[in-house]
Amino acid sequence: MSAAEAKHAGINLGDSDRETHEKAGSEIFGFWIFLMSDAVIFALLFATYGVMLRGTAGGPSAADEYRILPAFIETLILLTSSFTFGMASVAMKHGRGLRTVLAWMVITLALGLGFLAMELRDFSTMIADGALPSRNGNLSSFFALVPLHGLHVAAGCLWLAVMLVQVPCFGLDKRVKINLLRLGLFWHFLDIVWIAIFSVVYLQGLIR
Amino acid sequence: MNGAISPTILGRLEWLSLPFVRAWQNPTPDELIGAGAATIVVVGMAGTIALITALGKWRYLWRDWFTSVDHKKIGIMYVVLAFVMMSRAVVEGVLMRMQQATAINAPGIVEPDHFAQLFSTHGSIMIFFMAMPFLTGMINYVMPLQIGSRDVAFPLLNSISLWLTGGAAGLMMVSLVIGQFSTGGWSGYPPYTELEFSPDVGPDYWIWAVTLGSIGSTLSGLNFAVTIYKMRCAGMTMMRMPLFCWTTLCTSILMIFAMPPLTVATAMLALDRYLGFHFFTNDLGGNMMNYANLFWLFGHPEVYILILPAFGVYSEVVSTFSSKELYGYRSMVIATMSIAVMSFTVWLHHFFTMGQSASINAAFGIATMAIGVPTGVKIYDWIWTMFMGQVRFTVPMLYSLAFMMTFVLGGLTGIILAFPPLDYLVHNTLFLVAHFHNMLIPGLLYGMLAGYHYWFPKAFGFRLNEKWGQLAFGCWVVGFYLAFMPLYVLGAAGMARRTAEIFEPAFRPWLYVAGIGALILLAALVALFVQLWVSIREREANRVDAGDPWDGRGLEWSIAGPPPEYNFAVLPTVSGGDPFYTSKRNGDAYLPPERYENIEVPKNSVVGPLLGVFSAATGFALVWHMWWLAILGMLAIIITVIARSFIRDTHRIVSATEVERVDLAWRDKLFASRSISREMETTSANQGFAEVAA
Amino acid sequence: MSDPNQGEKDDVRGYVAGYALALALTCAAFAVVRWPSFNRITTLAIVFTLGFAQAIVHFRYFLHITLAKSARDDLWLILFSVLIIVLMVSGSLVILMNLRARMM
Ligand code: HEM
Ligand SMILES: [Cu+2]
Repeated sequence: MSAAEAKHAGINLGDSDRETHEKAGSEIFGFWIFLMSDAVIFALLFATYGVMLRGTAGGPSAADEYRILPAFIETLILLTSSFTFGMASVAMKHGRGLRTVLAWMVITLALGLGFLAMELRDFSTMIADGALPSRNGNLSSFFALVPLHGLHVAAGCLWLAVMLVQVPCFGLDKRVKINLLRLGLFWHFLDIVWIAIFSVVYLQGLIR
Repeated sequence: MNGAISPTILGRLEWLSLPFVRAWQNPTPDELIGAGAATIVVVGMAGTIALITALGKWRYLWRDWFTSVDHKKIGIMYVVLAFVMMSRAVVEGVLMRMQQATAINAPGIVEPDHFAQLFSTHGSIMIFFMAMPFLTGMINYVMPLQIGSRDVAFPLLNSISLWLTGGAAGLMMVSLVIGQFSTGGWSGYPPYTELEFSPDVGPDYWIWAVTLGSIGSTLSGLNFAVTIYKMRCAGMTMMRMPLFCWTTLCTSILMIFAMPPLTVATAMLALDRYLGFHFFTNDLGGNMMNYANLFWLFGHPEVYILILPAFGVYSEVVSTFSSKELYGYRSMVIATMSIAVMSFTVWLHHFFTMGQSASINAAFGIATMAIGVPTGVKIYDWIWTMFMGQVRFTVPMLYSLAFMMTFVLGGLTGIILAFPPLDYLVHNTLFLVAHFHNMLIPGLLYGMLAGYHYWFPKAFGFRLNEKWGQLAFGCWVVGFYLAFMPLYVLGAAGMARRTAEIFEPAFRPWLYVAGIGALILLAALVALFVQLWVSIREREANRVDAGDPWDGRGLEWSIAGPPPEYNFAVLPTVSGGDPFYTSKRNGDAYLPPERYENIEVPKNSVVGPLLGVFSAATGFALVWHMWWLAILGMLAIIITVIARSFIRDTHRIVSATEVERVDLAWRDKLFASRSISREMETTSANQGFAEVAA
Repeated sequence: MSDPNQGEKDDVRGYVAGYALALALTCAAFAVVRWPSFNRITTLAIVFTLGFAQAIVHFRYFLHITLAKSARDDLWLILFSVLIIVLMVSGSLVILMNLRARMM
């Protein structure tokens, strides 16, 4: 028999757990729609960032504060965390035992927290340099877009933490599995948003 | 008496925030009207609570309604919310008409600032807390039945959406009693709504009420879209769905993609007001034009969110009460989808006068006119549906006919407004106010009222009183023409919208006519309530519990009225469009199922009400800068969500024997009913069993 | 099925491939900005192209959106979202840039 049909975005459980797979179809489609709606929010913040690029009112612009190395390292951390979460999903799908799944999840969580720590350090240097969101429109738009992504990552970390409790608690039952699939979508989606931030905000601002 | 009472606990709340205190200190008519409105809210709340307590109905309400996740109950609660909010907003509309009729070279009855609150609350309520709940409730009730499903895809999320909307509506009501509402209109344009010009709590109330409401709507849209996409019964292909489901699908897609711009706009305004950001301020690189852009990125699709479900209702009603298949089903579907997509391409027509180049204006003007085409297609389809049909002038049909004629007029003035040079002349005048009421009253309100009359017997098992329905209908139509046609004249003559005092005596006769019209509209509202009262009292004579009072066409009519909580004893299988109508003709409707099975239904949940209360409390706290409460509220929301994810016991089983018992009881009633011909459907001979001409 | 672990190996391989491609693209984008060798506009175009390519890599390898028939629904949803986003973002930029230009 060939692989079961894919029913939704993200990794599909079709081959290993038919029952959850059947149910996952609409559950995950709903979450996927939510992500698309969320994508519109990010898109509009990008548009606003573009509109306000020149709204510096004689003050510093966000781009003056960008440093390429931290941004690059943050990108690498997030990419790696996407990969480790992917491994967690594969382990879950193929019944690799709770320990393996949990281990990959813990690594992902650590990477997520590391990303947040680095990002917070970036923001605090900016603020220390007087590049506050209340300084001008340009900085306002930066501080709406990038921290919103950070807030999403923080929410993802909280979600991961909750799942770290639920996996030992309930084992890999249907709802835990579906929740992990959704969390996976969320995590990978945030990565795509970050790639957009990295290219459109950081790299564009750093091109001289 | 001045200054904050207790800044740490109550934030910036002062004694003077209470309208009673203001009216006591300064008893002008204006303050007394404010205090009177607050009294109505307080007394109304207290009265309701006392009444429920006296009747001992708290348990019943809590168990059977508030915590229910049944799409039918949620739908009904949405519609109740819509009626409550509609009452307030209509009264405010009438009050504004009275003000303008009396304020010709005179101060009138309310102060300008109060007038500004009136149009802001009227507009915000009508759009976010009357129209949206009404259509969301209608969709909730009807759509799952029409596609042959047991519920929506995410029943708990549905309850959460309801309670977020309810909490937001609660904030609107609280603003009458504590503090005041925004004076910035339903669109809340900065820089006027920025701290610099509106330092009071008004815009904050607006921001949080609208934000909560829009989050609720986004979640509803998501829920409906997944339901239609994944939960249709066997054989119900997309092209066999009733048209109402198609309009629901398109409305849901619009909600999913068009609510985010609103959320972004209000959130940025909040950042400006709370954290000193500079998105829309005059100084420091702010760009208030971006607000208009974002707001209307939402605002234009929003009008189609409002109108499409009504189009769906009309399609059902016209086809049922003409006893004919909907003409041009395919063209209707295509038209609905084109409207949905095109509605994202025209937002600029709301700010033609902002100063962008003529070619940009021209592009958006042409796009706007193009939307008229699919709408025109629909009108022709409805006309052809009636042509040679067995048309019955029941109340829903009357609304549909009034809609067709009135809406076309509004569409014509819309084409005028879509033409930028003409728009420059009438922009921001009463011409525009006349235009959008001319679209929204027939295109939304009549549609929802038609649906209300049409599906009421399904939801409650008895018909609404026909006479009072006709009276209410007459008042809505006559009142509408009298109240709004004069505004075209006034607008063309240059009278600006949102004006509290008028200095042009020539406007007097028109304003008087409009005032009389508004009073007739108020009478229409009263007639609706009387109708409900009378119908409940006469319910025994008008029972249609067999479930099919209008010789209906879709699956929703194939079950009892009201349906059991799991809707279908056995999930239906369909083999064509208008499935129930066809199977009645083929003689295979009402076939008893071979066997009954256990049915799994979701358990009630307190999560919805809890989230509604917590988010309203958070909103209130943010309005008044009670930071401790805001933090507490947000924590409570997060904890509730997490705690819920640990609950595994979320479903219960309705046993096959119970299903069988209920189904057989209904069948007994059904076959004991007398089948009636269409001439008798508005008489008490109608027991909900349609005679099928062979 | 010949090898019961074949499915798992394929899945792992997919993630590894995605990760490797994503890393390569990110590093390339980083490199063209860190060690500038083109003019501003070209660099920007390269960065955006690489970013776009990387988004597609993520969709393909991490979110498993493919052209296979069964994944079409998700693909349609993404394409529709992209259409709406392009309309909104490009419209906003055109309108507001035009306004700015006319106010200068
Ligand atoms: C039923 C009777 C109604 C009456 C008597 C009424 C009356 C009014 C009046 C007098 C105004 C203010 C016009 C001005 O700016 O000078 C107004 C504004 C408005 N109305 Fe109504 N209206 C009614 C129904 C509706 C309905 C059904 C809707 C929408 C579903 C609606 C939506 C609005 C909106 C959005 C505004 C603009 C508020 C603003 O300026 O920010 N109205 N209406
Ligand atoms: Cu519009």
